[in-house]
Amino acid sequence: MSSLMTRRWWAWPLVATLVLIAALAWLPPLFGVKPNYLWTDRLIFVLVVVTLFGIAYVRQREHLAGPWRQVFRRPLAMAALVVLAAYVVVALLDSIHFLVPLPDQTKGQPVQYAVSPVSVFDVLVNPLRKHTEQTYSAPFATHLFSKQTVDRPDGTKERIYERLKYGGAQLTNPARQEAGDILRRLGMAAWQAVLLWLALVALVAWLLGRRDGNGTGAALRTMAAGRRPVPWRTLFVTGLALLLLVFAAVHLGGGYHIFGTDKVGQDVFYLSLKSVRTGLVIGTLTTLVMLPFAILLGIMAGYFHGWVDDLIQYLYTTLSSIPGVLLIAAAILSIQVYIANHPGLFDTDADRADLRLLALCGILGITSWTTLCRLLRGEALKLREVDFIEAATAFGVRHFTIIVRHILPNVLHIVLIIVVLDFSGLVLAEAVLSYVGVGVDPSTASWGNMINGARLELARDPMVWWSLAAAFVMMFTLVLAANLFADAVRDAFDPRLRRQ
Amino acid sequence: MMAYILRRLLYAIPILIGVNLLTFTLFFVVNSPDDMARMHLGVKHVTPAAIQNWKGEHGYDKPLLYNDQAHGIDKFTDTIFFTKSVRLFAFDFGNADDGRNIGYDIRQRMWPSLAIQLPVFLVGLLVNITFAMLLAFFRATYIDLWGVVLCVVLMSISSLFYIIGGQYLIGKLLHLVPISGYDVEGWGTIKFLILPVVIGIVGGIGSGTRWYRTVFLEEIGKDYVRTARAKGLSEIYVLFRHVLKNAMIPILTGVVVVIPTLFMGSLLTESFFGIPGLGSYTIDAIQAQDFAIVRAMVFLGSVLYILGLILTDISYTLVDPRIRLR
Repeated sequence: MSSLMTRRWWAWPLVATLVLIAALAWLPPLFGVKPNYLWTDRLIFVLVVVTLFGIAYVRQREHLAGPWRQVFRRPLAMAALVVLAAYVVVALLDSIHFLVPLPDQTKGQPVQYAVSPVSVFDVLVNPLRKHTEQTYSAPFATHLFSKQTVDRPDGTKERIYERLKYGGAQLTNPARQEAGDILRRLGMAAWQAVLLWLALVALVAWLLGRRDGNGTGAALRTMAAGRRPVPWRTLFVTGLALLLLVFAAVHLGGGYHIFGTDKVGQDVFYLSLKSVRTGLVIGTLTTLVMLPFAILLGIMAGYFHGWVDDLIQYLYTTLSSIPGVLLIAAAILSIQVYIANHPGLFDTDADRADLRLLALCGILGITSWTTLCRLLRGEALKLREVDFIEAATAFGVRHFTIIVRHILPNVLHIVLIIVVLDFSGLVLAEAVLSYVGVGVDPSTASWGNMINGARLELARDPMVWWSLAAAFVMMFTLVLAANLFADAVRDAFDPRLRRQ
Repeated sequence: MMAYILRRLLYAIPILIGVNLLTFTLFFVVNSPDDMARMHLGVKHVTPAAIQNWKGEHGYDKPLLYNDQAHGIDKFTDTIFFTKSVRLFAFDFGNADDGRNIGYDIRQRMWPSLAIQLPVFLVGLLVNITFAMLLAFFRATYIDLWGVVLCVVLMSISSLFYIIGGQYLIGKLLHLVPISGYDVEGWGTIKFLILPVVIGIVGGIGSGTRWYRTVFLEEIGKDYVRTARAKGLSEIYVLFRHVLKNAMIPILTGVVVVIPTLFMGSLLTESFFGIPGLGSYTIDAIQAQDFAIVRAMVFLGSVLYILGLILTDISYTLVDPRIRLR
């Protein structure tokens, strides 16, 4: 890599950031909608930008790029990464909010917009969003779960299992046609998924072949034999499974409720997909919120002895001595009271729910920065005795410069390990907190709220199990992938583990 | 030793003051007692008189920090900060919003909590360490690899699902034990405890086993283990007599701190199983927005945590003769 490139590592992320900002500002009006970014949306964009700069920074520093290369060579980690990427795509699409103009506009008046914002993801899965039934219905059901009283044409009333408005509405005789219809849709999905998959494999093989200079065929053979450093076979197998699932969901979701419907008739599959954003927001924004404090205070405590150290230690001991759930509960209760007493602050319900989500991230951040802070303090304590830092001090380099240029780069691996390890814990915490009643707003789609709503229906006979199952499957997949990926990152970056 | 413990107890005071100030800020400065009253009364019934009445009933009708209408020392003691926050130091928790004495309730409710948490803690510790020893014994084999993968899988399941799944499987499907409930008197209560205890243990296996395995593997990599093997000791002997003993310090660090907080109970378990412990007490208070109870529990939790830290230090001296507390 040329020295010019090395010096200007920030050039391409900067361009990408500007393009992103321009696209977010000017693209929605082109489609006739009004951009309406919530606070969490904006922070997610900040996170994307930070990630871009991070990638560029890591790429030109071998001591960081090396461990990452090691991560990318672990088959399990790569499989997990594919799954995580799918979740991230859903969350990102679900973070671009805008207001749709109302259908009936008066001429000459300014355009009237709908009150509640929708996201790009909502538009993409419009059938799922719009197909609401009356109440509970089981997965792939064509009739409601409980009997409803309906008026017959002759004026009498009758209690029957009513046909669903959307689930299996295309069938004239559900009992006989349903299995065939599902199979036909699955076949269609498999065919399209395999086709797209083959195209992807061919594309990757062509690109790799061009880079190696050996041609596409040779690249394909090395990939199939697993003779390349990156585990392409695992990647492609995971990718194929993912594509199959996505296409099956697309084809089945249009005609059926894959995970049934909930109490108010909303499609549970749609809700569980909407919850992806909430889960990821809590897992990532919490970190984004707490990271600056943890890094700054941790390094300061270790680097400056004396009263600074005492004060910061006192701060984190106090915070960590309060049981986490209780601190979160106390803070969320206060915020609830605050929100209840200041209704004028928020334009829409979405804004209010969003603020509560953000507050939850902040509070989770406050309770979770102490661990990282303590670790960083210990590391900075060790580092300040190291020769090159003492040399820098002897040369009269300012404290701030020493911290930024010498200490910070040498503790980044700890930060990274903690960040990835914390992620899955935070996603799990969201569910528990929502259950306790101090989690996200009840109107926000989240796995915790889904479980909480389904809990009361467990006593029913037959059981309403599908909300639970959907939340479990989505949450388990995300957390498992995150855990596996975090393990690989830790193995690669932890010097203690690397030595063994 | 005594001097050390005394000093540590003194150190605890500023921390507890900090905890108190924090909760005071959260509950009385961010939201004034008026806000609380408005919230409890509901939108329809808010009149200045009703707010005054509610505040009077619950003792919130005083100035926050400084009462200039009182005389002498009462200027500071006849305030919300003194009556609601400072008195916590004497473990005088006051009354809940429904008028019950919080201290009395806590004393009643901590025993059911302990009845669940203590077996979960002890048996869980034993199970986790056993599994971790097994994995360490079979390290770098497929047993170890898949054991760790299984641990990660177990870790990835939300504790809510352990409880819901366990209740469904054992209580509802197999009809082995009652799903929830509690019997305060006598031995009959054991049948209510089995399910929550088993679920508590199973739920902790994943992370626990993995953590102890890391601890053991770190010890196994050290020189004294190689020396012990070079002497010709069997692997089992090395594991139990050398590795386990030396791993005590990291194990105690994580374990002893938890012991005092066992009294606090588990929020989820107790609320799902209907056990009248401190966990369900807290969760009920959170859901009823009873700030007095939440404040009391925050304070109690911090006290127990700090107690755990001190106990941890003391336990070091018991397992490692090199450590002296001064």
